[in-house]
Amino acid sequence: MKRLTPYLLALPSWMWLAVFLVVPLAAMASVSLQTGNAIDGFAMTFSFSNYADALGRYSTQLVRSLWYGGLATVAMLVIGYPVAYWIAFKGGSRKSVYLFLLLLPFFVSFVLRTISWGFLLADDGVLFGTLKGWGLLPADFHVLATTVAVVGGLTYNFLPFMILPIYVALERVDPRVVEAAYDLYASRTAAFRRVVLPLSLPGVFAGVLMTFVPATADPVNAQVLGGTGNTMIGNIIQTEYLTNLNYPTASALSFTLMAVLLIGIFIYARALGTENVLEAAAR
Amino acid sequence: MAELNRAELNAIELDGVVKEYLSHGEVVQAVKGVTLDIAEGEFFSLLGPSGCGKTTTMRMIAGFEEPSRGVVRLHGADVTNVPPNKRDINMVFQSYALFPHMNVWDNVAFGLKQRRTPQEEIRRRVGEMLEIVDLAGREKRRPREMSGGQQQRVALARALVNRPRALLLDEPLGALDLKLRQAMQIELKRIQREVGITFVYVTHDQSEALTMSDRIAVMNDGLVEQLGGPREIYEKPASAFVAGFIGTSNLLTGVAAGGVLELGGGRVLVPGRDGEVTVTVRPEKITISLDKPDGEVSVVPGTVGEVVYLGTYNSYAVRLGDGTEVTVFQQNAHDATTTAERGDPVWLSWPAQHSYAIGSRSTP
Ligand SMILES: Nc1ncnc2c1ncn2[C@@H]1O[C@H](COP(=O)(O)OP(=O)(O)OP(=O)(O)O)[C@@H](O)[C@H]1O
Ligand SMILES: [Mg+2]
Repeated sequence: MKRLTPYLLALPSWMWLAVFLVVPLAAMASVSLQTGNAIDGFAMTFSFSNYADALGRYSTQLVRSLWYGGLATVAMLVIGYPVAYWIAFKGGSRKSVYLFLLLLPFFVSFVLRTISWGFLLADDGVLFGTLKGWGLLPADFHVLATTVAVVGGLTYNFLPFMILPIYVALERVDPRVVEAAYDLYASRTAAFRRVVLPLSLPGVFAGVLMTFVPATADPVNAQVLGGTGNTMIGNIIQTEYLTNLNYPTASALSFTLMAVLLIGIFIYARALGTENVLEAAAR
Repeated sequence: MAELNRAELNAIELDGVVKEYLSHGEVVQAVKGVTLDIAEGEFFSLLGPSGCGKTTTMRMIAGFEEPSRGVVRLHGADVTNVPPNKRDINMVFQSYALFPHMNVWDNVAFGLKQRRTPQEEIRRRVGEMLEIVDLAGREKRRPREMSGGQQQRVALARALVNRPRALLLDEPLGALDLKLRQAMQIELKRIQREVGITFVYVTHDQSEALTMSDRIAVMNDGLVEQLGGPREIYEKPASAFVAGFIGTSNLLTGVAAGGVLELGGGRVLVPGRDGEVTVTVRPEKITISLDKPDGEVSVVPGTVGEVVYLGTYNSYAVRLGDGTEVTVFQQNAHDATTTAERGDPVWLSWPAQHSYAIGSRSTP
């Protein structure tokens, strides 16, 4: 009985997982193999061709999503690391204030935030309209409906998920260990490269995971900030599901995306998530 | 060693060094003006109670803190504003501060790599150093896979392998249990003799400081109370604080006339003293006897209070006529002169050279 206790305590979580994850996934897997239409209904035909078909039609958007997600993740890393570093080491007694400021935008809905970026970046909006009025920008200058807008939106929306794990990792770095590096003749750059950076890599690892996956699958930014040439896989899935009522294709695409991300994460974790990398980085 | 090099430049000099911190809008003086000369090759200890400024003093020598006032010199060169990575000294931290993501070998090799030492030499010196601290064969271990004593030795090796001109050690044995501590004390002393470099050793353990050091600076509240060899500090404490901090000590106060302090029906010899005087005498220097002893010794009568058996010796608390309590340690030899019991009237005596008048200007 004693030995079962931990499992019993975990039972609610397992049930939650079963009901809200396994069941819908199974249902979706089944739908992805059906054929038919919304009016006459769908029937299970084990048509794996749904996958080939969906991929054939939408591989451009899938690749683009991975590309945008990757670009946004790199941008978040470049912007987020210094911010996390600054809060962790220079934040002093006001650390929690800065963290709160970082999370402040989350009090506004995700979609609303993205739409307000749309307003800001509009061709003749407050920002560009004014600059164009002053003659500082050419009249045909635009950002909206470009790759920059979509990747920028993704970067903005998911940035805190990059900063927080890196901050946590940096916060745990013992300042005496950094001092020890200085004591052993390391310059500031060398101390960062050989001690601080390697010790923060677990945070970077987590941050990349937590941003790349949702950014790649996100439909909102491409829809609000992008044009017809910026459609991402999330938009396609949404349209197939809600507009075309083509449930099998939508399900097949969802599974394909999930598989691609899972394989990617697996390779990434094998390559970067081990201690060998930390040690190699310190060399 | 220290004697031989006296003529050369001092390894470390602190000149009127003050460190002030701003804490909650108030200026706190952690170090209030310390002047020290530490000779080349010396084993020098900073000893004092918690919060007296030992770590702060050491961090100014290492370069982690800039003094608010005063000058720090290493081998004659003013390094007051030189950053730690440009100082030819290394530090062993209170908590070791090993690099957790590196194995033992990489930890020890860190300083040499930073100085662009040739690969071949790094391999040789790290290997030799791990031999010295008895860690050969454990190169691939991570710090967290090692015991406290092993980590301590890695920290020591990591600093010593660079052959610094001085090594700073901040309570390096503080986290170890008593047995390991004593073994490491001997080990440290051996290594210091072998490599022959200056050690500055911070501790709040007086017995550790007394057994290991060539000289000791006793610190209290941001100031050096006394600077001297272990014997001098133990037997001739310069202040009541030092007397109390370094082991148990008895303090007798009174007014002396003609080199004699009359005290509760007895007489304490204080050669060359007149007027108000405080005398210290160590518990183990006092002889306890039932009959009044003769001869040119200090003699005071008292009554035995508490007697505590402490293995090789007994500790007696003896109350003098004026109410002063005196602690006496008496060896438990088989021919022990006294077996005084609680309540017995006894005589305490000691030769004049074992009592020492503190805090007054005239030469004792
Ligand atoms: N960064 C700081 N800011 C404010 N006050 C400080 C700072 N560092 C030290 N102090 C104060 O300076 C005094 C001396 O501290 P220090 O660490 O040098 O003591 P210590 O002798 O090493 O004590 P311990 O034996 O406990 O290690 C303490 O009262 C401490 O509170
Ligand atoms: Mg300290």
